[in-house]
Amino acid sequence: MKIKPSRLKHKKRHKKSVVLFVIALAMAIFFMLPTVLTIANSFMSPQEIKANYGMVFNDNESAGYISEKVNLKFIPDMVTFKQYATVLFNSPEYLLKFWNAVIYTVPVLIVQVIIAILAAYSFTRFRGRVKEILFFLYIILMLLPYQVTLVPNYLVTDWLGLLDTKWAIWLPGMTSPFSVFLFTKFMRRIPGSLIEAAKIDGAGEWQIFSRICVPLCKGAMVSVSILIFIDYWNMVEQPLILLKNEELHPLSVFLSKINSSEISLAFAVATVYMVPGILIFLYGEEYLVEGISYSGGLKG
Amino acid sequence: MSVKILKKSKKRNKARNKIHLKEHLVSGIYLAPSFIGVMVFMVVPFIVIIYYSLVDAPVDGKFAGLDNFKMLFSNDAFLQAAKNSLLFSAIAVPLAVVLSLLLAVLLDANIPWQSQFRTFFLCPMMVPVASVVLIWQVIFNAHGAMNSLLEVFGFKGIDWLKSDYSMVVVISMFLWKNLGYNMILFMAALGSVPKDIIEVAQLEAAGKFTIFFRIKLRYINSTVLFVIILSLMNSFKVFREVYLLSGAYPYESLYMLQHFMNNTFESLDYQKLSSAAVVMCVFMIIVIGILFFIESKAGEDFED
Repeated sequence: MKIKPSRLKHKKRHKKSVVLFVIALAMAIFFMLPTVLTIANSFMSPQEIKANYGMVFNDNESAGYISEKVNLKFIPDMVTFKQYATVLFNSPEYLLKFWNAVIYTVPVLIVQVIIAILAAYSFTRFRGRVKEILFFLYIILMLLPYQVTLVPNYLVTDWLGLLDTKWAIWLPGMTSPFSVFLFTKFMRRIPGSLIEAAKIDGAGEWQIFSRICVPLCKGAMVSVSILIFIDYWNMVEQPLILLKNEELHPLSVFLSKINSSEISLAFAVATVYMVPGILIFLYGEEYLVEGISYSGGLKG
Repeated sequence: MSVKILKKSKKRNKARNKIHLKEHLVSGIYLAPSFIGVMVFMVVPFIVIIYYSLVDAPVDGKFAGLDNFKMLFSNDAFLQAAKNSLLFSAIAVPLAVVLSLLLAVLLDANIPWQSQFRTFFLCPMMVPVASVVLIWQVIFNAHGAMNSLLEVFGFKGIDWLKSDYSMVVVISMFLWKNLGYNMILFMAALGSVPKDIIEVAQLEAAGKFTIFFRIKLRYINSTVLFVIILSLMNSFKVFREVYLLSGAYPYESLYMLQHFMNNTFESLDYQKLSSAAVVMCVFMIIVIGILFFIESKAGEDFED
């Protein structure tokens, strides 16, 4: 008598988890679809791309079959690496724009993390009324969108004569307040007793900072770096306003201006542009998941 | 005697002051690079912007009172852009918060492939918008995949990006990109709710919904606030999607504030730029104030 209901319950639970699993699977397909399609399309020949998508990109210049409706295909008729060969060896323009994106992202990433972690240490170790007001100012500044902050950024880079140079992107990016906020929230969780103990053992400020706080912040450093990377690898607003010279634009802006006759090439470029992000993600996913649990509300 | 003590305490005070001075100095040195950057690139120029917004010309301007702001609020492009941006954030942010919470709960339930699903949901965050924008165009074109799908079910297709439904496309792109990270934040928070509290509630025969809304949701309220803030910040960056989808001059209902600012930068109308920046800044400060108020209220309700 006793076994039956529990078995029934077990069955019911099993059924429920199957339903949940199917829902999750459907969501996962939706989430992966655009990425997988882009990668699949990068291995198709120009003719095939044209046949499938010619209607969308209005390519009337070259002859060839165009299907009336868009034809989404995951498996190419014939796998070809020709696009990649063209991108890597025959069209320096794409490589240049890709290199631009690297040149903007990497220095901003490294310097911003260093500056922010130093500032976070100051906000954590030395708290007073002035500091709290200052931290509040940082919170307001970090919440201001690019629509607002690009105006002061533009004025200063103009005064300094740095418009249309890499510095216009670098300098404002290196001192962004958002990472200061995240690091501070994380560091304030480090037990004060740990720092007191180090102090009693005769450690100076620099030693406390470099031997205790920085190593304990490794998870936060990885996840903040990922967030900065995403923001700058995707940047559109800053180059449009601060860099009038299109030679200096990163691939994130340039990719949308690709000619309709080069659509098949665009898929290959798009796939290449994904690679650094995916590599960083594979390395940092665990940190991203762990390093984030600290971030509560606004006030520290 | 008393003089001696006084002298001693003065000496001690001096020593303490010295320590304080040293601490201030060290703290200042650590903060300096960030502080200088913030001052030079944001705060100081913003003061100049406030000045520009109150005069009638950038050089030798006369005090113009609120004329620039009146001009701004009678500017159709600005009003349209503000309306679209507000509408987008008002729809997309709550959706992003609720849906990602649902996803987190879904993955919190015991289903197979949990960590694989987590990776799948998180993946769009790492994929550059520029890379997948072609596919989104293919899906939502007038002859695109979405319309083919709709026609199977007997609906008539529309040109998504050139209709009032264009907002739907941008919202789905936004959700696609942002749900995963929000979900991770929620999963971490849900994982930190103490098990014994929930067990006690279960012993008291509390239902699943009661446990979720009365206990878990209250326990993670600071994470909810953080996710709201993050989604709000990301919702202002949706210009990227819109620009890459439909360029500098999109369909009317996709004309965002950043489009307006870009076009104003083209003509370098300092008065318009500065007054728009000031208006948006004031608006944001009000929003931040409301968020802080909510946080302190929620904090009263539940202290951890």
